Amino acid sequence: MSRKKSRTTAYIIMSAMAVIFVLPLLWVIFASFNPDAGVGLKLPSTWVMENYQAVLSESKNMRSFGVGLVLSIGVAALEVVACALASYPLSRYELKYKKTFMYTILFMSCLPMTALMIPAYRLFVTLHLMDNLFGVVLFMAATQLPYNMWMMKNFMDQVSIELEEAAWVDGANKFKSLLNIVMPLMIPGLCTIAIHSFASSWGNFFTPFILLTSTSKYPAAVRLFQFFGTHGVNYGHLAAYSVMYSIPSIVLYSLAQGFMSKGFIMQGANKG
Amino acid sequence: MTKNAARGRLLSPAGRVGDLVYRTWMLWPALVLLAIFFIGPILMALYYSFTNLALSGSAAGNLRFTGLANYSRMIKDSDMVSSIRATLLFLIGSVVGQTVLGFFMALLMKGKSTAFRRITGSCVLTGWVMPEVVAAICMYAFFYSKDSGTVNRILAVFGAQPVAWLYKHALLSVTIANIWHGAAYSMMVFQAALDNVSADTEESAMLDGANRIQTLIHIYIPQVRSTIFSNTMLITLKTIGVFDLIFTMTGGGPGGKTQTLPVYMYLQAFKSFQLGYGSAISVVLLALGIMLSVLYTRVYKE
Repeated sequence: MSRKKSRTTAYIIMSAMAVIFVLPLLWVIFASFNPDAGVGLKLPSTWVMENYQAVLSESKNMRSFGVGLVLSIGVAALEVVACALASYPLSRYELKYKKTFMYTILFMSCLPMTALMIPAYRLFVTLHLMDNLFGVVLFMAATQLPYNMWMMKNFMDQVSIELEEAAWVDGANKFKSLLNIVMPLMIPGLCTIAIHSFASSWGNFFTPFILLTSTSKYPAAVRLFQFFGTHGVNYGHLAAYSVMYSIPSIVLYSLAQGFMSKGFIMQGANKG
Repeated sequence: MTKNAARGRLLSPAGRVGDLVYRTWMLWPALVLLAIFFIGPILMALYYSFTNLALSGSAAGNLRFTGLANYSRMIKDSDMVSSIRATLLFLIGSVVGQTVLGFFMALLMKGKSTAFRRITGSCVLTGWVMPEVVAAICMYAFFYSKDSGTVNRILAVFGAQPVAWLYKHALLSVTIANIWHGAAYSMMVFQAALDNVSADTEESAMLDGANRIQTLIHIYIPQVRSTIFSNTMLITLKTIGVFDLIFTMTGGGPGGKTQTLPVYMYLQAFKSFQLGYGSAISVVLLALGIMLSVLYTRVYKE
């Protein structure tokens, strides 16, 4: 096969793959604009915004988006602060067992969090944290911590220590040098971690599903699931809700694409 | 060890405990969170797996230590056996599917124009970026069993009969759903790895008259071998924990066919109210995760 021909073949096959990957999305898009949508794939006879308006005008839906936002921002903020603080000694000091500690963190970041949900339920009952949004934030933050700590420490290792040394000579303490010197240089890393933890929390269904009991506290993920499980559900509304709930994830991902690829490279460069 | 940390004048040898706590205070918020909400549940899972803990009913009031009862029950539990079988099939299908498809797409996109990469890449990525519950709903409609379901519509174009995907091939359907949802991750990882394979190596292979399959086997695969390994491990670990996708699509049905370990664990704990038994299943899941993580961390170290 000539090179040119094989190049054309590659273009064709990859285009076909792209089309196949889009196929499952057709339903959700068509149905969201269809005034009488079903589960079947059907082009709307008229394209209307009715479904979106209906979803937006229902206060329970708006509430679930609000709760999801609060949870996800809470987790992201906690994650950035806890990881930035923790990474400083891990990156800058010589600590006994640091290597072992870091590998333990890496190891923990690999564990399937799903397995923790039943004991987490029990733990929340014991600590009287059931149905408590702040408790959910703490739990989600903890389960994401190992991965983000690992990333953040590697980001911080990239920041040269020279500037800090100058600050120390001028009498700045460790915390100040972290805040005023290291942090500004790590904005891309901080954004990566914030976006990553926001998106993971926004998409997390299992945790709030187990740890929250009142419907009014359900975030968008759980509300959508319930919506889907309802008998005689309006599929047009379901599709519109799904699209709206996906938008933050899609927007954040597009925003983060630059940071993310940097993250990948940094993760690789710091191996060992 | 980093260059930074090795600098002598910043470091003092680790002193007394008080000094250590003072020097590492920045670590403590993270450590406390991990201890309560991460290590805590792991220890509780272990503990409760040896008890008769129940959500409600007569056993709920009196917690008893039942030794290995939950585990011996597990060995005889035919649902557990079929759950492990479903987990393995789902796992193997997802991991092989995502790796092969991700690698293949990365290879197809290598050296193509930026615009082409961006457009096709975005198509593949949409399924990955979406929250899992939405992905599940999209896939539910995709495999909808009546003739109006997306796949059945496509089959009809080719004159084929509609298939009741979510009843007859439920496990296959959720596996394909998971491949669709996850393949983009492998694609991105392999894209980054393949971009590092130098153009010279390919050129010389081509000049030597190697065909595409030979180039693939002798040039690409050896150069990205470590990436293939680490990516496989990471997807495996991710896949054994998948719950949202399967639970939304099928709820574990029909007839328990898509009841993977996480789904079975949930149903036992919260539908059959057997928290003790559910905890024992958590422990099995965790043990599986621990074995794989240890292996991954070991290899990562080298």
